[in-house]
Amino acid sequence: MRLAQQPGERIDRSRRIKFSFDGRSVEAHPGDTIASALLAGEQRVLSRSFKYHRPRGELCFSGRCAHSMMDVDGWPGARACSELVREGLRVQHINAWPSLRFDVMRATDLFGGPFTPPGFYYKTFIRPRRLWPVYEKVLRNAAGLARLRPAQDEREWRTEYRRRHCDVLVIGGGVAGLQAAIAAARSGADVVLADEDLEPGGRLLVEGAHEEARDLVRTAREAGVEVLEGAAALGFFDGLVPVWQGSTLHQVRAARHIAATGTVEQSLVFPDNDLPGVMLSGGARRAAALYGVAPGAAVLVAATSDSGLDDALALYRAGVRVVAVADLRDAPDSADLAQQLGAAGIELISGSTVVRAAGRGGVSEAVTARVDERGVARSGTTKRHECDVIAVGGGEVPASSLLLQAGAHATYDERSGRFVAGELPPSVHAAGSVVGHESAAAAAASGSVAGLEAALALGIGGSEVEQQLAEARERLVAAGGPGRVAVAPALATDGRRGGKAFVDLDEDVTAKDIAYAVDEGFSSIELAKRYTTVTMGPSQGRFSQLPSARLIAKATGLSLGEIGMTTARPPWVTVPLGALAGRPFEPAKRSSIHGCHRDLGATVRWAGDWRRAYDYGDPQGEALAVQQTAGLIDVSTLGKLIVAGPDAGAFLDRLYPNRLSNLAPNRIRYGVLTSEAGRITDDGTVCRLDENSFLVTTTSSGAGAVEQWFSWWLATWDMDVRLTDVTQGLAAVNLAGPKAREILSSLTDLDCSAEGFPYLHARQGTVAGVPCLAMRIGFVGEVGYELHFPAAYGEHLWGAIMEAGREHGIRPFGMEPQRILRLQKLHVIVGQDTDSESLPAAAGMPWIVKLDKEEDFIGRWALELAADRVPESKLVGFTTANGHVPTEGAVIVRDGVAAGQVTSSRYAPKLDRVIGMAWVPTDLAVDDAQVQISDAGRILEARVTTRPFYDPEGEVLRS
Amino acid sequence: MSYVLTCPNCGTREVTDFAFGGEVTERPTERPTPRELNTYVYFRRNVAGRQREWWCHRSGCRSWFLAERDTRTQEVFWTALPGDAPPADEVTS
Ligand SMILES: [Zn+2]
Repeated sequence: MRLAQQPGERIDRSRRIKFSFDGRSVEAHPGDTIASALLAGEQRVLSRSFKYHRPRGELCFSGRCAHSMMDVDGWPGARACSELVREGLRVQHINAWPSLRFDVMRATDLFGGPFTPPGFYYKTFIRPRRLWPVYEKVLRNAAGLARLRPAQDEREWRTEYRRRHCDVLVIGGGVAGLQAAIAAARSGADVVLADEDLEPGGRLLVEGAHEEARDLVRTAREAGVEVLEGAAALGFFDGLVPVWQGSTLHQVRAARHIAATGTVEQSLVFPDNDLPGVMLSGGARRAAALYGVAPGAAVLVAATSDSGLDDALALYRAGVRVVAVADLRDAPDSADLAQQLGAAGIELISGSTVVRAAGRGGVSEAVTARVDERGVARSGTTKRHECDVIAVGGGEVPASSLLLQAGAHATYDERSGRFVAGELPPSVHAAGSVVGHESAAAAAASGSVAGLEAALALGIGGSEVEQQLAEARERLVAAGGPGRVAVAPALATDGRRGGKAFVDLDEDVTAKDIAYAVDEGFSSIELAKRYTTVTMGPSQGRFSQLPSARLIAKATGLSLGEIGMTTARPPWVTVPLGALAGRPFEPAKRSSIHGCHRDLGATVRWAGDWRRAYDYGDPQGEALAVQQTAGLIDVSTLGKLIVAGPDAGAFLDRLYPNRLSNLAPNRIRYGVLTSEAGRITDDGTVCRLDENSFLVTTTSSGAGAVEQWFSWWLATWDMDVRLTDVTQGLAAVNLAGPKAREILSSLTDLDCSAEGFPYLHARQGTVAGVPCLAMRIGFVGEVGYELHFPAAYGEHLWGAIMEAGREHGIRPFGMEPQRILRLQKLHVIVGQDTDSESLPAAAGMPWIVKLDKEEDFIGRWALELAADRVPESKLVGFTTANGHVPTEGAVIVRDGVAAGQVTSSRYAPKLDRVIGMAWVPTDLAVDDAQVQISDAGRILEARVTTRPFYDPEGEVLRS
Repeated sequence: MSYVLTCPNCGTREVTDFAFGGEVTERPTERPTPRELNTYVYFRRNVAGRQREWWCHRSGCRSWFLAERDTRTQEVFWTALPGDAPPADEVTS
């Protein structure tokens, strides 16, 4: 039922929107949450509980209890009381089948109760072991909350990550947090404030001070505070606080932290305290104040402090019928409140509390009584009240999870009857009710104190700030301490049998379960928590901290202080895994020619960070074309570094095991990079551009590592060298094949003849009008020209070459045909044919290491030592006898023992046979040696060859 | 583990912006014995305490710089380009 317009309500009554709940259309106003709209439409049952499938209604109206979990447009973890209604939203209940009204699993409650104590599942379904998969399947269906959709295609998570460094992070946007933020910002600090509610302002918003709250938010923003609304701080990790705000995860790092996280209202434990209609009194008040919705037609309030009386009066003033207030204390602190209740005609039943709720599918009656020290109703004090809502206030606990995660300790203050977070770690401040400053005046003053202290600790603000701090401290003292709270009985009951009394509504843990756990020896709160799962549900035990501690105290005879509180781990609020573990931001690199490959129908695959053309549908045909006519491949992905400066040659001599400083301009040399251990790390070509500069190419995947390696040594050595990474700036293609020379000649004035442009020479000129560095190198084994040119001309030059080559039968070729072609030449792919232990000599490249070089170079000493030893195995080529292509990674076996492995293998169409490369024992690394390959259970005979399969003398290549 | 480092060129950034280059080692100036070589290539002091180490601002200016950090508390005492770093007396001793 809607109330008359409330002064601080969030809804816009002039407009109506519709959404569906379980297929039924529900009307709402903009600003409504799903829960407020449902309550306005008298839908009181929101869900079925976790274990017993009991109907549950709204509890907290703050978006934290598990009762309001629903599937909203496919998102199964949405909280109906904090999820705003949008037109056309599809909302479904969870954990009830076939319907919310009739749930067959309710049988676990009606009949299974005595048979399902804590630990029942662990003990019962563990034998025989082999049946566990069967049990698990059944239990999975019976318990749990929402159903995750395996194919979550209708909702795509896109979480933005944002890093924010600031001076002060204030967590909590109530009056204390806002005052703290304002004080710190006005002192000159850069301040971020994160508030987890839909709107900052905390209790001010529901206590009639909404205008003051909105003024404070405005003031904070004007002072320069970055106010994050609907943004929950998830945890405290070495000073880094992740703040989740819908689709953004702010990673906030602050020099000082101010926790102004407030308190969490606790429920009361009595039989059937989970009937829909039993809610927190603060929640009932929020529903009325923020959404103009009556929590019910007749409300009984069960209070343990003045705030419960205040809630009752607020509900009455909002237009809700309050039938009575049962106050556990003998008299309220404030006589004024009692008088106001009297004036409103609300009966105040002092010294009493609720001992039972009754009703079918919802509250229809509350029973109150005076209780003895065991919580049992004293005879003759029992009263029955017809009502449909029982609004309970079982005291408050500080919302201290973040403080505890930061290293603070919670202690129990016997005098005020509360847990208080104390012993704050350095750099952390706390303000407001989380540290016991309850009244608005005290909270405001403590906020100012914390904000000013944080500023001073940062060294900003001078004597002025110190003066303000002294004044704020005076205000704090003047505001006085917290009011009196009656310690509620662990379990209040009318003494009759029947009804479950829940301590943790999320997890369906009853008072009896806790007693049972203590009986079984799980008497510490942390053990009882693990055994019964109390406080381990979706609300992280927010509403059951105090009730569970009280029950353990009752069962063990220990005090609350001795029992303590359990520590809630991060995240503090339920957060979708997608927000934390979603796909990280991984940029895909595409060459400037990529559009051409797409148009040609290329199969595109990942190659390191790159999206590359793997083939164009016919890898064998493409490989043949390169050998018979001409082929064109995009090799823009090669790493490209310009090494320039007077010491460039000497620098390269120190990095490569061969000599590069004596390379003449326009000449090219192959180079292998080795680590200090002499192992191969990368390879590529080095081309001297002029006296002082070289172009170094690296493997596609090694570009970043090589650049980092070069720049690291450059930082260590004092050499006059400049490194420029031109990997992205230059595109590159390789035109190869018998017709390559003819095709290139038609596009350039360069002399492309064998004599005018020999193998391993470079030329600078224009090709199809594009300035190019043309290099004659032969990775694929045919006459080939690798053209490097400004990336912007990528598609133009690709198109021009393809056009010029058309009459010659040119074909584009991808990575796969390139792999076939290079394998014919036994050209190594670093990382494919080599690993982190491969030495150049063993990998078939003894000639690359020039130990006669006078200068020192990286890896020299290790290579010298290695030169004196015979390696265990060597990299060789092989062919198989029966034409079967062994799997890459297949094992070379000798006498039934693994002795090496296949690193590359392909069918080579031009040779019409299966070829490959493998590491084999050194004594078998000779031409025509026979080796055995064990591949998926079959043994293949292979013959070793140490010479390239194609053009072993390189006559074709050099022609 | 989460902390910030100050790149001498770019300023303070999250540690995830940087590539760790390991503790500072001294490359032998003379031909080492096999044992010395082995120690240089494979062995690290791995101190629990103040350590001089290399960092590369991978997601920024890509410069290498030196830092001194407490490996237990992640407190970073200073960062500097190699030429500006304070003498490495205690680390290399
Ligand atoms: Zn930088």
